[in-house]
Amino acid sequence: MKRATVDLWVGIFVTAGLAALLTLALKVGNATSVSAADGYSVFGQFENIGGLKPRAPVKSAGVVVGRIVSITFDDQRFTARVTMRIDKRYRFPKDTSASILTSGLLGEQYVGLDAGGDTTNLKEGDELKLTQSAVVLEKLIGQFLYGKAADGGAKK
Amino acid sequence: MIAALDRGLRQVGHIVIDAIWKLGAATRFSWLVFARSSESVRRPQLTLNEIFFTGALSLIIIIVSGLFVGLVLGLQGYETLKRYGSAEALGTLVALALVRELGPVVSALLFASRAGSAITAKIGIMKATEQLSAMEMMAVDPFARVLSPIFWGGVISMPLLAAIFSALGVFGGYLIGVVIIGIDSGAFWSQMQANVDLREDIFNGIIKSGVFGVAVTLIALFEGYDAPPTAEGVSYAVTRTVVTSALAVLALDFVLTSFMFTGV
Repeated sequence: MKRATVDLWVGIFVTAGLAALLTLALKVGNATSVSAADGYSVFGQFENIGGLKPRAPVKSAGVVVGRIVSITFDDQRFTARVTMRIDKRYRFPKDTSASILTSGLLGEQYVGLDAGGDTTNLKEGDELKLTQSAVVLEKLIGQFLYGKAADGGAKK
Repeated sequence: MIAALDRGLRQVGHIVIDAIWKLGAATRFSWLVFARSSESVRRPQLTLNEIFFTGALSLIIIIVSGLFVGLVLGLQGYETLKRYGSAEALGTLVALALVRELGPVVSALLFASRAGSAITAKIGIMKATEQLSAMEMMAVDPFARVLSPIFWGGVISMPLLAAIFSALGVFGGYLIGVVIIGIDSGAFWSQMQANVDLREDIFNGIIKSGVFGVAVTLIALFEGYDAPPTAEGVSYAVTRTVVTSALAVLALDFVLTSFMFTGV
């Protein structure tokens, strides 16, 4: 095989490979969206996190503003401590509340942030004081059944 | 009774010692290939020729199989996802399956059978016809001149081949999902982008294919170098290369996956 032909084919091969990598990074992956790497961490204490997982999105008004970094159990307060990293482009007031929500009926769980009215903003290491736990289906059904039973008792 | 036990134990011992001896030889061989690789950098044409041989000539089989794996994943994934009313998640399914597992693993298996077997045959015949000894006679180091460039050629080609495989697979999934079945194109791409992470998924997939490239090329080189210098010996060595590389790729894939994708 002539050297020029080899060079041409290696050129085609390497260019195709790099183009494929670039396509994967830009078109398939989320290289252009929120990067949790540079941002600030805040945490919240939740009574029950349901099925929340690390790397789940943190959304505000439906827009992804950060990601969950870690979930640990706090054995002093017997709650789940959820640490999340928020993109440094987004600032939230100090009294922002966090709740665990589900996207769709079978979708994944995420943390929703609702901005408060405080004038000072959240900074690295702050705690989100107002939290709302995940809805646990069994508890919901239990409450519904108790409610029904109470209604039935009252009617008699 | 005692004699049979004695013979049995001797056989076990023989097998174990042989295996350890071969492992040691393979390790020293790998180290030599690695240590004498300066020539591959100083004379890039040697490495380029090997990239052409192992990489560019594998393009056709990688392109065709990547596309068809994507097409099949699209069809089968759609059939299952449709039942749960989440056909838009097809993009996520196809992309994650390809980028994390199928891309690196299937392209490594194809690479082992297409390029690995050729490498073993080449080295085995060079050894059988005493071309390697002739090089040593002329004070040309066969490790630096022949084996190292092949190694680096394989290591460079493998991640590129896996990336081409994954990209074409995703394109195949797109063809089936969006063009033929008619899933909304925006939902297909946006769900994929929301769930495929650049570092966790794509970067780890590239690392995997790099590790497979090292493993497959080293196995192919060693089997060729270690082959008995006969026609039969070379043919057995080629068979062993394909079988051993396939097993090594699958075992390494399990180990790497359990390290990379825990808790996700």
